Amino acid sequence: MRLTDLPAAIMAILGLTSAAFAFEIEERARYPAANPETELRIISTADRAVFEPILLAFQQQNQTISIDYTIASTTELMKAVHAEGEAFDLVISSAMDLQTKLANDGFARTYRSPATDALPDWAKWRDQVFAFTQEPAVLILSETAFPDEAYPTSRDELIELLRDQPDRFRGKVGTYDVRTSGFGYLMATQDARVSENFWRLLEAMGRLDTQLYCCSGDMLHDIREGKLAIAYNVLGSYAQAQLEDGGGYRIVMMSDFANIMLRTVLISTKADNIADAQTMINFLASLESRPDLVAASGLPAVDTDALQSNVALRPIRLGPGLLAFLDRLTRRNFLRNWEASITQE
Amino acid sequence: MKLPTVTRSIRTRLFLQLAAISALLSVALFLVVRGLAETAAEATQDGILAASATSIADALRSEDGEITLDLPYSALSMLGTTNDDRVFYKVEVNDETLTGYDDLPPPSQSPTISENTFATFYYRGDEVRMVSASRTVSAGGVPSNVLISVAQTRLGLAAISQRISAIATGIGLVFFLVATALSLLAARSALRPLKEMTAAITRRGPADLRPLAIDPPTELEPFVSALNTFIARLRASLLRSEDLIAEAAHRVRTPLATVRAKAEVTHRKLQKPEHKQTMREMIRAIDESSRSAGQLLDHAMVTFRTDSLSTETFDMAELVRETAERLEPAADLKDVTIRCTTPDTTPAFTGDRILLQSAIQNILDNAIKYSPDDSAIDVDLSVAETMCLSFTDRGRGFGEADTDSLKTRFSRGANVDDIVGSGLGLTIADEVARAHGGQLNITRNEGSQGACVSLIFPRQ
Ligand SMILES: Nc1ncnc2c1ncn2[C@@H]1O[C@H](COP(=O)(O)OP(=O)(O)O)[C@@H](O)[C@H]1O
Ligand SMILES: [Mg+2]
Repeated sequence: MRLTDLPAAIMAILGLTSAAFAFEIEERARYPAANPETELRIISTADRAVFEPILLAFQQQNQTISIDYTIASTTELMKAVHAEGEAFDLVISSAMDLQTKLANDGFARTYRSPATDALPDWAKWRDQVFAFTQEPAVLILSETAFPDEAYPTSRDELIELLRDQPDRFRGKVGTYDVRTSGFGYLMATQDARVSENFWRLLEAMGRLDTQLYCCSGDMLHDIREGKLAIAYNVLGSYAQAQLEDGGGYRIVMMSDFANIMLRTVLISTKADNIADAQTMINFLASLESRPDLVAASGLPAVDTDALQSNVALRPIRLGPGLLAFLDRLTRRNFLRNWEASITQE
Repeated sequence: MKLPTVTRSIRTRLFLQLAAISALLSVALFLVVRGLAETAAEATQDGILAASATSIADALRSEDGEITLDLPYSALSMLGTTNDDRVFYKVEVNDETLTGYDDLPPPSQSPTISENTFATFYYRGDEVRMVSASRTVSAGGVPSNVLISVAQTRLGLAAISQRISAIATGIGLVFFLVATALSLLAARSALRPLKEMTAAITRRGPADLRPLAIDPPTELEPFVSALNTFIARLRASLLRSEDLIAEAAHRVRTPLATVRAKAEVTHRKLQKPEHKQTMREMIRAIDESSRSAGQLLDHAMVTFRTDSLSTETFDMAELVRETAERLEPAADLKDVTIRCTTPDTTPAFTGDRILLQSAIQNILDNAIKYSPDDSAIDVDLSVAETMCLSFTDRGRGFGEADTDSLKTRFSRGANVDDIVGSGLGLTIADEVARAHGGQLNITRNEGSQGACVSLIFPRQ
């Protein structure tokens, strides 16, 4: 198949093109089509390694569509689309709240097709924001720190553990720096919304000189290096993918509740190539029918049955509620409280 | 102007009018249903918006001398429960934006603490509904005016309204169809009395001039009474002419009797045979005229009496014998014998005795008249499924004559030769038979030549 020679055609342009944008990009990759006719411009928060299998599979089905794939952090992505109005066709992000805000503020195009209609109601909003993955936030425990079966499985147990054995875990707990990570902020606000335990946990972590991270990858790296014993609110799909090459840690799905982040896609109102963007939406919306891609990317597809079998799993609801935590005053207050708790000042 | 043929039917007109009315009502129903439902849907959205604004207002607090706010998740999420509409909000303190969408326009009417205001306008490309609430919050001891506005697009409302319109259309359509079907029935049932009346009039016999004994609906009462007045007038004028005939016949008969008596006396006195012969012919002519006058009288009587048939019960056999006896002298003149055969017991007959006697007399009179001298006439009364009274003679018979036409007034057969008559005898007999629900049968004498005339009545 052509799939084998496609990677050879991939040009990754690192840093070189970042000057073209007023926002900061992490990486930009071009995937020329076998018979290029049109180009689909995607801005995304998903790493190339994660998303490449999906893009290639898409191109295999649509051999005339070249793809320009730009990777940025959730915050920079928001800046690019919302503030600067960059002309991307598709916006893919793990920050559901920001995606919701984009749709609410009129930056998304409405689209309906049999594939999007087949999505469950909780996996779409306004026929503009479509979820195509469901990724839980998990607790990561290093295997060296927790060699046996005695490990916490709920927030209560974690708080108790941190309070009882402060010396064992001082400096060895990590979590997102919610000031810089959109995903971290989303998870923290959802935690705070669901349970008061969150603030108690944060205080317990604050007393132990908790390390703050920008991304799941770094946290997992430090767990493996032995610098961390516990990492809280790590993106489960990353952890699962990295566990396979290397391991050294345990993934714990909290039994009291586990927030499920939905990775979403929307068509920008600035899109030039609407037809191809719609083709991609249909492709992503039917990801569940491609277990090979789910395995290759490590992104679990939207699946109502999986959620029903475990009552602790709570998909974060798309909708105007998510705008509440994006409110600048609310965010300022939340971050102030968060800082006060985590830094123990 | 002449109306087109379709609309000349009362039923069609009634139906079209009712259908037009139900169409109007359907449209009205549609408008009312949609109006009410849309008002209700709008009220629901207003209610949720107000709840959202209140929830935000309740979260206002002052911190370090400044007003601040943690936007409650539920305040915005509640707006997303029933639809996928976009949501905008703004919180202002003393006319300065504290947080939210800076460009959200101020309310057209300022809200008070006790009353929220609502506005509808275009914002960011969509029609939005906005609620504004006002609160006074003290910050650092200074009271500040806080204005909370929450707006939501109305696409969900439009969708609801579309759905309701579809439902209302359905209701209106069903209503229209049902009403139309019912109006079809109504038009039909309204006209039923008219149909019944028509049938009642059509069913009547040609001589039935009694007033209509039906109970018409109020609206038709004037018509029926007018019709009855007309019938009464018709009957009165008919009776008058019958009266006239009777009177005329009577007036002719009396002087004829006198003339006959005188002629007979003269006949006896005359000597010359040719004079005697002339006088005899005169007497015969006088007899015929007198009989004709009698028949005219009888006929007038029959016409009169059939309207109000008297119903006495009597023995038919006895009536037959009695009448035959009365005609004995006329039969004797021709040496004709009348043989009456009646069953031993005959059931009583209920009818008009005078009319029946007249009928029998006329038939018997014919039989004698058209019989040869020295012959016999058989009168038979038999009772089986019907009561049959037959008169069989041995005269000339009816030949090929159309027997039905002989029953009409003044019609006489081609077989009469020199026998005088008025052509009323069979008419009278026929009318009497029919007045009693029976019929007059004219056939041939099956045994030999001659006529057979029978009165047949249903068993009572
Ligand atoms: N018994 C009968 N025999 C033969 N013909 C008869 C007899 N009765 C009636 N008719 C015929 O029927 C006709 C009508 O009879 P009717 O009404 O009594 O009138 P008419 O005064 O002529 O007797 C007669 O003219 C005659 O031709
Ligand atoms: Mg006669």
